[in-house]
Amino acid sequence: MITVARPAPQGADRRYLAIGALVLLGAAAVSLFVGVSGISPADLLAGDAQKRAVLLESRIPRLAAIVLAGSAMGVAGLIMQGLTQNRFVAPSTAGTIESATFGVLVATLWFGSGSVFAKMTLAVLFALVGTAIFLALVERLRFSDIIVVPLVGIMFGAVVGAATMFFAFRADLLQTLSAWTTADFSGTLRGRYELLWLVGGLTVLAYRYADRFTVAGMGRDHAVNLGVDHRRTVTLGLALVAAVSAVVVVVVGAIPFLGLVAPNITTLLVGDNMRRVLPVTALSGALFLLVCDILSRTIRYPFEVPVGTVVGVLGGAVFVFLIFRSRFGAAAA
Amino acid sequence: MIDIDGITKRYGKATVVDRVNLQIPRGGVVSLIGANGAGKSTLLSMVGRLLEPCDGRITVDGHDVQATPGPELARRLSVLRQENHLPVRLAVGELVAFGRFPHSGGRLSTRDHDHIDRAIAHLDLGPMAHRRLDQLSGGQRQRAFIAMVLAQDTDYVLLDEPLNTLDMRHAAQTMDTIRRMADDLDKTVVVVLHDVNVAAHHSDRIVAMKHGRVVADGSPSEVVDRDVLRHVFDLDVPVSHTDAGPVAMHFGRACTSGDAPLASRTGEFR
Ligand SMILES: Nc1ncnc2c1ncn2[C@@H]1O[C@H](COP(=O)(O)OP(=O)(O)OP(=O)(O)O)[C@@H](O)[C@H]1O
Ligand SMILES: [Mg+2]
Repeated sequence: MITVARPAPQGADRRYLAIGALVLLGAAAVSLFVGVSGISPADLLAGDAQKRAVLLESRIPRLAAIVLAGSAMGVAGLIMQGLTQNRFVAPSTAGTIESATFGVLVATLWFGSGSVFAKMTLAVLFALVGTAIFLALVERLRFSDIIVVPLVGIMFGAVVGAATMFFAFRADLLQTLSAWTTADFSGTLRGRYELLWLVGGLTVLAYRYADRFTVAGMGRDHAVNLGVDHRRTVTLGLALVAAVSAVVVVVVGAIPFLGLVAPNITTLLVGDNMRRVLPVTALSGALFLLVCDILSRTIRYPFEVPVGTVVGVLGGAVFVFLIFRSRFGAAAA
Repeated sequence: MIDIDGITKRYGKATVVDRVNLQIPRGGVVSLIGANGAGKSTLLSMVGRLLEPCDGRITVDGHDVQATPGPELARRLSVLRQENHLPVRLAVGELVAFGRFPHSGGRLSTRDHDHIDRAIAHLDLGPMAHRRLDQLSGGQRQRAFIAMVLAQDTDYVLLDEPLNTLDMRHAAQTMDTIRRMADDLDKTVVVVLHDVNVAAHHSDRIVAMKHGRVVADGSPSEVVDRDVLRHVFDLDVPVSHTDAGPVAMHFGRACTSGDAPLASRTGEFR
């Protein structure tokens, strides 16, 4: 994109993209051949129909779902932290995911558990409203501290989560609720994950707006100067984020920390220019989720730990590391 | 031409810009001077449509700044605010490239690249073009932002205290750039400056503000004058006339209010 001298940082995204793609391919291959029913490439070549069916019905859909959800959540976090100019704001620290879950519950109460369309619509709607409330809260209270803002979001999310829990308890839906609050790919089969392609589409759409998001991330004044409608761009970006988070909650359940951790690492390596960092973030989000999923299937083999739990543990550890790093980094600067 | 017509800005009961009328014709460098809080930034922000006026109208070449679509105005008018501590991790070259966004929409042509390279060279940023903004000094960052605005290549450029973090060499270089933008590229630059001597030396016209109003407006030799400066800054500043034009001797000066020398007045508080 730039002709001027471009040593290390300028080409960094390409290099990370290439390395990441290779690693992702490797992990994808592992993912296809790990599981309760052992499948090996040799079986497939030998024309084992049953194993082929497992691959087509379960393994490939699972892989696709992981890649779609992981990349989308990573990108959603990236957009959110850029537009709010706060590296610790993500769908899981802004009440977005909890609001989406609340929406799914309300849809289930009103329309029964069968209506995927109602669940998705209400989840998106609630996620939008929840995110808007969080932003209004932060603006109204004039919090600008980099740690306080996500803390407000986490508290807001906790309140929404508690309300959800209360209604779920009263309706005797606690069991169902846990399916939405903890991501799990063990039930991902052909015919039950295809909504996630929508999320893939939204990720591609986000890339089209990459430059606008970067400009909006420079703040309102710079955006206005460059002729970018700040309010519209922020609204669009956060709508994208809410929609992505909501669909992921409906199809696989909440994935904590991913939207926080992936963009924090990639922007550190590649910088904040969305056009360059967005593809890298999509890739690393997919990779992170895939690795967590492989772990979730192998830690207690032959049993599966929900992937949300693994992501929570790993992501949480990275998150704590990032916070310490930012605190000490700020002190050193 | 920038036509400022009866512009007013109020915050609560305080009127910080008060019915300002100002015509700035095409071409040349216009400096805006005045004490802290005089309303310079507020006025400039309203011209640059960063701030909505409470009253009045501003047009740029006949286009109302509040009504003209953002992208269109961004190709005619650019504005850089006083403070730019952005924590974004963009390389200097990337930031300057974003100056072309209103023209390119993100797809840079060879012409865009020419503008970018020229802006980087003008502000002496070549050696740090690949470095990230968050790893630069305040002055280096300031220059990167000026380069971005230069790359934007608009007919009108508004700069709020562009020199405030620059060292002597880069301040001089930046003023030269500003001068050249007017002389060679036929741009109109409105710049807020605090040093009246810099303003006098580099501009074609100086506008002085006080308490939200324009209180002096004229050529450097008209405005850099003992009586005018006393009125603008409430400060007695001897002006000596040199070959390089008028020079305000704003060192070892005295206050007009009370007419006591500053040194002895602060002495009272010891
Ligand atoms: N958002 C705001 N709310 C209330 N008052 C404001 C606001 N912004 C500016 N002011 C007031 O408006 C007045 C003019 O401010 P402005 O920034 O235009 O001054 P300035 O001439 O640029 O000063 P400086 O030389 O210090 O940059 C000041 O008294 C300031 O306190
Ligand atoms: Mg100012």
